[in-house]
Amino acid sequence: MTVTTFPGESDTLEHRSKVGWAIQDALAVAHRNLIGLSRVPTTLVFSTIQPVIFVLMFRYVFGGSIEIPGYRYVDYLMAGIFVQTVTFGSINTGIGLAEDLSKGLIERFRSLAMARSAVLAGRTIADAVRNLIVIVLMITVGFLVGFRVHTNVLGLLGAVALMLLFGFAMSWVMALIGLSTGNAEAAQAASFPLMAVLVFASNAFVQTRTMPGPLRAYAEHQPVTAAVDGVRALLNGGPTAGKVFTSLAWSLAIVAVFAPLAVRRYRRAS
Amino acid sequence: MSDAAIQVQDLGKRFGDIVAVDGVNLEVPAGTVLGLLGPNGAGKTTIVRILTTILRSDSGTATVGGHDVARNPDAVRTIIGLAGQYAAVDGNLTGRENLRMVGRLTHQRKAVIGPRADELLDRFGLADAADRPVRTYSGGMRRRLDLAAALVHKPPILFLDEPTTGLDPRGRNDLWTVIGELVADGMTLLLTTQYLEEAERLANRVMVIDGGKVIAEGTPEELKHRLGSTIIEVRLADAAAAERARGRLESVGTAEVLDDGRTVALTVGDAGRAVLEVVRTLDAAGLTPEWLTVREPTLDDVFLQLTGHKAEDAPAADEGAEPARAGRGRKRGAA
Repeated sequence: MTVTTFPGESDTLEHRSKVGWAIQDALAVAHRNLIGLSRVPTTLVFSTIQPVIFVLMFRYVFGGSIEIPGYRYVDYLMAGIFVQTVTFGSINTGIGLAEDLSKGLIERFRSLAMARSAVLAGRTIADAVRNLIVIVLMITVGFLVGFRVHTNVLGLLGAVALMLLFGFAMSWVMALIGLSTGNAEAAQAASFPLMAVLVFASNAFVQTRTMPGPLRAYAEHQPVTAAVDGVRALLNGGPTAGKVFTSLAWSLAIVAVFAPLAVRRYRRAS
Repeated sequence: MSDAAIQVQDLGKRFGDIVAVDGVNLEVPAGTVLGLLGPNGAGKTTIVRILTTILRSDSGTATVGGHDVARNPDAVRTIIGLAGQYAAVDGNLTGRENLRMVGRLTHQRKAVIGPRADELLDRFGLADAADRPVRTYSGGMRRRLDLAAALVHKPPILFLDEPTTGLDPRGRNDLWTVIGELVADGMTLLLTTQYLEEAERLANRVMVIDGGKVIAEGTPEELKHRLGSTIIEVRLADAAAAERARGRLESVGTAEVLDDGRTVALTVGDAGRAVLEVVRTLDAAGLTPEWLTVREPTLDDVFLQLTGHKAEDAPAADEGAEPARAGRGRKRGAA
């Protein structure tokens, strides 16, 4: 019998620190997901159809009868639309992971000596890039229906960064849902109620002051409202720092809680 | 002991009430091929998933390449390749992109990834399709790419979980050729299969698994020998004739009447001699068969022989922790 050795590593291996590998692996997976996105660009189109319909509906159907003191309604609305767009966009993270799971890709990844966080981090990073593209499209749509930035370019960039961070945070929530359900349809169905409770019971489209007591109390203290407040302040001016801080705190807290939960779920996923 | 590439002792795994793996011992010497043969739900996939660090066992120990799969999973991952039941490749990526991705994720140096991907595409007959999205590939091409992806980092130990299930005969043959070459190059291979023919073609040793337990073990020849190597089936005009034929043919081999009531199946050792004897015996008894076939034993025959029950499909605990599916597996085990 031939004597075979089982080297832990061979000379074809790259050497890097643990954190270095976690980043490199996440980028490799993100790259893979972005190639997928570029091969199926129709998913981007479908991602924009729904928010565009909301823009048209609220701008032209309901908007005329909604009075928001201190705002043109289209300016008030677009901040909500942007946050709604990234929040709904995060569903794609759950769907994508559920598909990877059902097609056996996750199984393969788990048999490789890659960072345990990479499949999830790569997916959420790729979805952040996807969100950026959709936001740019939505800003363009906003300009076409009369939306204007009342601060400056920095305000706009800050607002985009805040939306992306919030979308990234929500992606981790959806990652947990996607891995737990294990198939794309179920992931979508499971995330919709959560989305509705977050996006519609918020100040995205209307002010919370007309809502009944308990609903209002919830609507004023939930992450979508915080994100919309931050984005709205960055785009329209007025007191900004506190609102941006609250939104940042929400987003970071969501990542801090849901990223470890999702990675733990990934380790056991089957 | 130490030159065993894979060593498993008293391995156990349950999903809820279902015992998927029940005290399995096995050893695969380096450079050899072990086939795990069994029907769906026998526990084959669960064993593979434990050995490839995807699943944790409840009891027992397993080492791969000398590394304990539970205590040192990352060391195991660097020296194994896994190709599973479904081709785990990304349909949106091209074949080349899939292999490069795995190259990056197995931490190969940039300079070796490109040439390695090209070499594998070439070797597995995928060079022409290398830059097409994988969703345009045939089932056989996807499986070959899946196998190639398992080999990017040149692992010395390979796990193949039902590599040809669902493939047409041609796809199956192509894949067998490729796997045969890997084995000739000294790869240690653990293979699960539902096909006796596949185990015979590829494996040095075969373990027959049923209900999470090893129920028989040996070289493919030994197993077939225990069965008698060939099965002759004779269809008669009616049940009475079949019964009469069965009685006469008992002198040639183990004979039984099949479910249709008029086909006699005969398990024999020496096919050529047996066919002559069957014909003479039937002729002497004045029985004319409608047809007579000579065939190799299948997994069903092995099972019938070893367990007394058929290797029916039972998509069970093998698939994982889903109670609904596992529940059906349990019924089968009790039947």
